[in-house]
Amino acid sequence: MSSLSATIQDVLNEPGCAKNANKSEVGRKKGCTKQLQPGSAAGGCAFDGAKIALQPFTDVAHVVHGPIACEGNSWDNRGAASSGASIWRTGFTTDMNETDLVFGGEKRLYKAIRETINKYNPAAVFVYQTCVPAMIGDDINAVCKAAAQKFGKPVIPVNSPGFVGPKNLGNKLAGEALLEHVIGTEEPDHTTPYDINLIGEYNLSGELWQVKPLFDELGIRILSCISGDGKYREVASSHRARAAMMVCSRAMINVARKMEERYGIPFFEGSFYGIQDSSESLREIARLLVERGAPEDLIEHTEAVIAREEARAWATIESYKPRFAGKRALLITGGVKSWSVLAALQEAGLELVGTSVKKSTKEDKERIKELMGHDAHMIEDMTPREMYKMLKDAKADIMLSGGKSQFVALKAAMPWLDINQERHHAYMGYVGMVKLVEEIDKALFNPIWEQLRRPPPWDGTVDNRKIKTIAQVDAHAVEIVVDPALAETTRRARKICFCKAVDLGTIEDAIRSHGLISVEAVRQHTDAVGGCCKRRIEDILAAIPASLPPAMLQAAE
Amino acid sequence: MAIVTTPEKACAVNPLKMSQPIGAAFAFLGLRGAMPLLHGSQGCTSFGLTLFVRHFREAVPLQTTAMSEVATVLGGYENVEKAILNIYNRTKPEIIGICSTGVTETNGDDVDAYIKLICQKHPQLAKFPLVYVSTPDFKDGFQNGWEKTVTRIVEVLVEAPAIEAERDAARVNVLPGCHLTPGDLDELRTILEDFGLKPLFLPDLAGSLDGHIPDEFTPTTIGGIGVDEVASMGRAGWTIAIGAQMRRAAEAMQAKTGVPFRLFERLCGLIPNDEFVAFLSEISGRSVPSKYRRQRGQLADAMLDAHFHIGGRRLAIGAEPDLLFDVASMLQEMGAQVTAAVSTTQSPVLERVKANEVLIGDLEDLEELAKARACDLLITHSHGRQAAARLNIPFYRAGFPMFDRIGAGHQRSVGYRGTRDLIFDIANLVIADREENQQPTPDTWRSPRPAYRSRPPQLY
Repeated sequence: MSSLSATIQDVLNEPGCAKNANKSEVGRKKGCTKQLQPGSAAGGCAFDGAKIALQPFTDVAHVVHGPIACEGNSWDNRGAASSGASIWRTGFTTDMNETDLVFGGEKRLYKAIRETINKYNPAAVFVYQTCVPAMIGDDINAVCKAAAQKFGKPVIPVNSPGFVGPKNLGNKLAGEALLEHVIGTEEPDHTTPYDINLIGEYNLSGELWQVKPLFDELGIRILSCISGDGKYREVASSHRARAAMMVCSRAMINVARKMEERYGIPFFEGSFYGIQDSSESLREIARLLVERGAPEDLIEHTEAVIAREEARAWATIESYKPRFAGKRALLITGGVKSWSVLAALQEAGLELVGTSVKKSTKEDKERIKELMGHDAHMIEDMTPREMYKMLKDAKADIMLSGGKSQFVALKAAMPWLDINQERHHAYMGYVGMVKLVEEIDKALFNPIWEQLRRPPPWDGTVDNRKIKTIAQVDAHAVEIVVDPALAETTRRARKICFCKAVDLGTIEDAIRSHGLISVEAVRQHTDAVGGCCKRRIEDILAAIPASLPPAMLQAAE
Repeated sequence: MAIVTTPEKACAVNPLKMSQPIGAAFAFLGLRGAMPLLHGSQGCTSFGLTLFVRHFREAVPLQTTAMSEVATVLGGYENVEKAILNIYNRTKPEIIGICSTGVTETNGDDVDAYIKLICQKHPQLAKFPLVYVSTPDFKDGFQNGWEKTVTRIVEVLVEAPAIEAERDAARVNVLPGCHLTPGDLDELRTILEDFGLKPLFLPDLAGSLDGHIPDEFTPTTIGGIGVDEVASMGRAGWTIAIGAQMRRAAEAMQAKTGVPFRLFERLCGLIPNDEFVAFLSEISGRSVPSKYRRQRGQLADAMLDAHFHIGGRRLAIGAEPDLLFDVASMLQEMGAQVTAAVSTTQSPVLERVKANEVLIGDLEDLEELAKARACDLLITHSHGRQAAARLNIPFYRAGFPMFDRIGAGHQRSVGYRGTRDLIFDIANLVIADREENQQPTPDTWRSPRPAYRSRPPQLY
């Protein structure tokens, strides 16, 4: 464990990390995220982070050494895309049981590696350490070394048990595993002056392929992408690249910096989210490559491509701007994504009411301020309840966030768009930006929102009573239509004098048989009071002569 | 009857099984105002949470004690204490359900004792319901976690009725297995109510994970059975347990309150539902409503229409024991052959599956068997999608998790109506597959010369 804790210290001491550099000696030792609060923590563990960072290597078998929870609960749940091999999507785990815990799991792990190689013949095997075997002292480094010698295949230990820290630390520990055991162990078939590495790009939903055509057009070769759609051999020989781009994520800054240190590969941090960011990144790559000896016309060529792509994307987005006028968005996401997506949304004409800066560095925050102006509504930590209230009060028209908070928006009947790793759409580069705008438009203007916000017409107590009464009346009406005798009985049963409960039939009969013509006379012949029901009796008297009662007719004759 | 075997291999490939603590957390999710808490590193919770969210497409409350490496070495008392207080103060739950994990079982945290100490130290928690279940990751599976938790809830929260207390014969406790969906529970509720019975479900996922939109945002579960309702279960006339996994909980209920129980191992298929409806008629003293005569007729007709398509199918099924027993048996009764069956953990029902063998294994085993034995219908949870693509056979998703299709919570298989719909769905998959992949060509029967290897299927 001592070597693992040394690695963690080393990773936490990352000089390339701006946030870290600003901290005191003590603060640095504490780690790069806030101390976890039991009972109110969210997010993955270090093992999760390591797996996220390395699983996109497509021709590698990823063997998880631990009980069923670590792999059984999580396998095949990432949206990365592969252009070839599919073994990375296969779940391998030692599924440790009680016996392994008592006697140690090393033998089982060794056998598991053997089985995996015999059955699937992967380019390499990555072995992930988890909490339980780390606790009982399984030495996966030794097992991997022995297995690699025995089977003549790279077997790489990834020492990142969940309890050492959060996901982000796991990303970095995965990077350390690559630096220690993989990068620089093989040589590429050939090199060109246009070779670059992309670091921290996972090809989610195949978004790397939204940018790759531009690289291809410019003659720039992605020697290795760490790790989206990556191959073991590519990353093993990635030390021969001329330049590197750290794609929109601080997760693997240690890899970028140490490769610069060890192999002299200059890197910059860039993003392909948003039009301006994409253009800047392309420019920077061209500049670095030319600096490292690529022909100078690359810059000119790049500018031409940028101008063409920008013009095309702007023209499309322009048509959405009027639709987005006055629409407000709430952006809840981590780290660098905040400012890169922010820029993109502003390009589309959306007004930003807030953005989370929970995981952002000081630098990130500066950039957000630059983009949003000084009254930037930066949200340090927002509880789901607060988010819900904000949406319910219609302070925002759409929320963009990761999958876990989507229901906060959806249950408030508010449009929501996934911009995290589980998403199904690719948003990178110029085409991706247009796609994002299209998706926001689709979400905002879907006709369901209006329907869902409308309360049901039968809701509310007063209305309920009214509806009930109407229903009773209606039900009765149906019977009356069917049965004329019932209709007559019902008609005659209508109460005229409420005080003495005298019905219409009694009054009519009295009028008919005695030929009454005044309210006074009706009062004498029936129980009717003739007070509050005076008007109703007058109406009856007025109606009767139309069909003269038999007594009157006889009298007339 | 089936022989249950466990293959000798060191590496599980494409796991079918999920871990015990999240099965336990799942059970707590069926309680109102609940917050399940996994005592382990934060990844244990985050993976489970992702599974639930992707399956139900709902906000799911699930918390962690966020054990760090140091805390693991020193023991997790402080983390459990902080977590409970934090949840109690911030989310105001009605109950906290605590499940251990591999990490905290390996270092041997005595959570029962921790809870006692915490309640002594913080008097506001003295009467607050805290239920702890021991669920190590390295033992058993999802279904076992559910089973243990429901049993524990019965033991801790159900009150033994006072001697003079009257039982309400119309009240029925229903203990559903974890293989039933919220849609299944709602169907059962309707059936029971149609007999004039008043059912209480423990756990009641239909109240919490059926996808309704609550008026207010709550960080805990948005419905389900209340702690007070659980406490009153001892006054019911009967307990109905569904799935063999619920036997323990039903026995615990009987031991504590004297409420008799009847276990229905299956509720999918004609005969199991006949028995169920007959039982309801018996305990309610009412004749079967005409609605169910009609539904029974509809199921019978569906069986007639579908047996042409399901009959003779060679089924490969991977599921937890109770689901496997239920669905495989129903299809076997429709004329399918259970050719490959893989389950996660031991259970007495597996021996009674009408197949030659049942394997305790993973989806790699299932895929290999399905291929070797030329299966032409695959049923398992969503993780079977890769195998289905490679095998190129019709694939029906059943069980947990179902993350790549929507409506998982409302997929029904119980009752006459649920069985009818399930039969239609599966038969339609088979029909679509025939249209898309099995159209004959002039060469279908030409070469290589068809080998007459076929044998009549085994009769049970």
